[in-house]
Amino acid sequence: MTDETVTTTGAPGTDAVDTDAGAETVGAETVGADVAGGDVAGGEVAGTSAADDGAAGEDDVLVTVEGIEVHFPIKRGIVLERTAGYVYAVDGIDLTIRRGETYGLVGESGCGKTTLGRGLLRLVEPTGGRVVFDGTDVSTLKGEALRTSRRRMQMIFQDPLSSLDPRQSVESILVEGMRAHGLDKGKQSTRARLVELLDSVGLPESALHKYPHEFSGGQRQRIGIARALAVEPDLIVADEPVSALDVSVQAQVLNLLEQLQQRLGLTYLVIAHDLAVVRHISDRIGVMYLGSLVEEASSDSMYAEPMHPYTKALLSAVPVPDPTVEDDREQILLTGDLPSPAHPPTGCRFHTRCPWKQDTLCDTDRPELRDIGGGHRVACHYAEDIRAGEIGRHEVEPELVHPDT
Amino acid sequence: MSILSTRKAEKIDSLAEGGTSLAMDALRRTFRSPVAILGLVIVGLFVILAIISPFIAPKDPYRPYPELKAELTPSNIPGPMPGFLLGSDQNGYDFFSRLLVGAQQTLFVGVFATLIGVAIGMIIGGLAGAFGGWVDSVLMRLTDIMLSVPSLLLAISIAALLPGSQWTVIIAVAMIGVPVFARLLRGAMIAQRSSDHVLAATALGVKRKTIVFRHMLPNSIGPVIVQATLTLATAIIDAAALSFLGLGDSDWRRAEWGLMLGNAQELLSVKPSLAFFPAIAIIVVALGFTLLGESMRESLDPKNRR
Amino acid sequence: MALLDVRDLGVVFKRKGTRPFTAVDGVSFSVEPGQTVGLVGESGSGKSVTSLALMGLLPKRGAEISGSVTFEDTELLTLSDKQLRDRRGRDLGMVFQDPLSSLNPVITIGLQITEVLERHRGMSRKEARVEAAELLDRVGLPDPQRRLDEYPHQHSGGMRQRVLIAIALACRPKLLIADEPTTALDVTIQAQILSLLSDLVSETDTALIMITHDLGIVAGLCDNVNVMYGGRIVERAARHDLFERSRHPYTHGLLQSIPRLNAPRGEPLTPIRGSVSDNIEWEQGCAFAPRCPNATDVCWSEPPELKADDGRMLRCHNPVALGDAVTEGAL
Repeated sequence: MTDETVTTTGAPGTDAVDTDAGAETVGAETVGADVAGGDVAGGEVAGTSAADDGAAGEDDVLVTVEGIEVHFPIKRGIVLERTAGYVYAVDGIDLTIRRGETYGLVGESGCGKTTLGRGLLRLVEPTGGRVVFDGTDVSTLKGEALRTSRRRMQMIFQDPLSSLDPRQSVESILVEGMRAHGLDKGKQSTRARLVELLDSVGLPESALHKYPHEFSGGQRQRIGIARALAVEPDLIVADEPVSALDVSVQAQVLNLLEQLQQRLGLTYLVIAHDLAVVRHISDRIGVMYLGSLVEEASSDSMYAEPMHPYTKALLSAVPVPDPTVEDDREQILLTGDLPSPAHPPTGCRFHTRCPWKQDTLCDTDRPELRDIGGGHRVACHYAEDIRAGEIGRHEVEPELVHPDT
Repeated sequence: MSILSTRKAEKIDSLAEGGTSLAMDALRRTFRSPVAILGLVIVGLFVILAIISPFIAPKDPYRPYPELKAELTPSNIPGPMPGFLLGSDQNGYDFFSRLLVGAQQTLFVGVFATLIGVAIGMIIGGLAGAFGGWVDSVLMRLTDIMLSVPSLLLAISIAALLPGSQWTVIIAVAMIGVPVFARLLRGAMIAQRSSDHVLAATALGVKRKTIVFRHMLPNSIGPVIVQATLTLATAIIDAAALSFLGLGDSDWRRAEWGLMLGNAQELLSVKPSLAFFPAIAIIVVALGFTLLGESMRESLDPKNRR
Repeated sequence: MALLDVRDLGVVFKRKGTRPFTAVDGVSFSVEPGQTVGLVGESGSGKSVTSLALMGLLPKRGAEISGSVTFEDTELLTLSDKQLRDRRGRDLGMVFQDPLSSLNPVITIGLQITEVLERHRGMSRKEARVEAAELLDRVGLPDPQRRLDEYPHQHSGGMRQRVLIAIALACRPKLLIADEPTTALDVTIQAQILSLLSDLVSETDTALIMITHDLGIVAGLCDNVNVMYGGRIVERAARHDLFERSRHPYTHGLLQSIPRLNAPRGEPLTPIRGSVSDNIEWEQGCAFAPRCPNATDVCWSEPPELKADDGRMLRCHNPVALGDAVTEGAL
């Protein structure tokens, strides 16, 4: 391990430093070393996953989501509650996640991406649609069957501190899931498994008897990852896995996730608002706007040629830490705010803010997600015309959105 | 040895320590504040007094003494005299001994009233918080009704309905606490139910029962403990109030501060100290519990960590 | 003559029963009229404490401030509260991260702006209302007349941030301090606010201090960038120099560890090891040494000074060699 690190960092005097920093940083170090430990490895990952993309057949699908809907009722009244309306958090989404791939779900706050992730895991009850996981329809499971089915689908949370019970030691956090699924078969083997788990997320064995508040943000997220791994899942839904972390620590966790995927053959659904993060980690990306998917494509194709006006605006809005890029960037500034998901606009939900909006179809017909070649799916009536340059951008009068209506 | 390796060693050392739970941490923080220490000292002295008072009381608190009785008239209650530090009470008993032993009975009433209140309140609040839905609605409306009656009025009504005994006082005072504890626990558990770590446990496939008992309940109990400490103070005062109103214990012989205070009210002009000393004792003890509870509340507040 | 000159600013927090904590130490920089200066750092870098100290918003008790902050020949640190308040209202504007808690929830937006105008620019109620509507229009709030009578909670985060900017601009300040103004906002809204800020700055020749953790924001907006770590400035350079040839291992490491939109999928990230809490005291050496790939014995024993180096200021014993940096920046 030490050798590897030295060769990667390759700076004078590192041998002294890297043995330092103690147990705490060694883990982080290892991860960095493994991924950076040769650009070759990184290149290979990208290569294989791209190949998978093309060859993906029906039986390679791990998760199929069909028309999933999560509508939250808005209750009014104190004694006699009545439903005054619904928040259409997720409103009819189809998507498939292939075995071993990373599907990135991106969108701004209020677009329903978190609810979709939770609905998929049945942490909130979908009000419609189906989720098929590895051939089993999990949307109809109840009670004990639902509980045991959870072993194969795990979750990583945004806030690593609040997602860990402050009263539990790391050991008890990790054992809990194993116990729930009968995976702790004896003191010896459990102990060995715990050490192995910690090692795989780059934490020392001494962490077992500590409590969450005694760790740094990055380390807590590692504990959260180890908890998910403890039950040997196939799918991990990672909801904003790095957005609560310091910039310098984010890369450690991203690298760890990639390394674990390679080693354990995990499938990820990564939910994030940060396009750069999603772009970095995902094979395919879905873009959400107001409860529906507006575009879906491979990571590279999404970046190279965004088709949906919203995706275009989103991509152009991400600041890039490179002054040259920033200087000649053409920004597509959206006007106004996200409309309320309780009163979504008619037709295409983006038409109120769309700089390419046309007089027909946009405000009347809701566009379906359709394949426009090479697995690039987009929900826009005029995607081809915009690509061909036949429709130009125009000014949009901002509509004011009141958040409480 | 280079500076580097010394520094490295220090760093590793600092990593090896740790393993303190949040509760330990909170406890340690609590007793850093002088207010908490004062509260703890008062409460500690009170509890010790309650335990040992029967053994250190100079005279028998439940027996009239002829020396005192001799001088006792409706308009004159003997003051301090040799052997009787604070003189007599209205019945010719040794006032000082009764005051000492009163600590025990007062603690008894306070502790049981609080414990019963906590127990019933926690059952109601726990059920409401764990199940939600209509169970929650029904139970919470019930506590709303209890809360809508002014607390002392509630206790008075209960005390008036039941025969006058010490347990009547305890139950009446306990009922005041029930809705408070129920709401507190229910609120904390509802917050826990939507918390990330409970969601994480659900996602992990942990059984519902385990989630309630291992995650939701233990994490909600902190504010209840704090409130219980604070309630001990009010319970003692409320018990005294009931006695004062004549709704207390019918056994006038029992040495309990609230009762002593209540029985002394007609004798204020004859011997004010009969009311004064029990009153002071109640105030000081209530203050002790309040200080302790407040500083616990403060140190449990995550905003005040570190 | 600089508009704002910060010399050796230090902030030490002292609380009874705890060790004094040095949040900011020896921070010096200056801002020219119309210039945009960036202050970048992660949590605990001292960037926000620096801004609070500049504005005189640190608590009098508990925070010990040293050094000097000169704004147009006035020493701000020794001003009385009243003088400072006056100055703050007139010449210094500020925009904070959380627009909701910075606005008074029970007062209409109109009143919150006109209040400032009446007090600092001596306008009548009527004049102030007209001016307020103009300000709201300028920051891009649709239908400004109506907005004046609404309350902050009736608006989205982005709109509230616009209101806050309007208030900050009400007195035509010479210097605007923006502390993470877009952190609570979504990317597309962030883009709106950033473009608004940069337009306003160039139109009105207002100087801007931009405090952020996001290197991307700085890359597009700032003339000069100060990178802070552990309460001190570790590198200062013009924007292109900093991003294309970062010399401090921390800056360099940060740039290499952030995923970029314009990098192909699978491009490996090189993280900085450890976490922000793995610092050593600056008195012992370089605070970044425990996490630094270039650290040698001298880094652990001698605090580096901020020195001019190759057209920039650098606080490092073993800076990143220029050759390495060029290839990275070219990405």
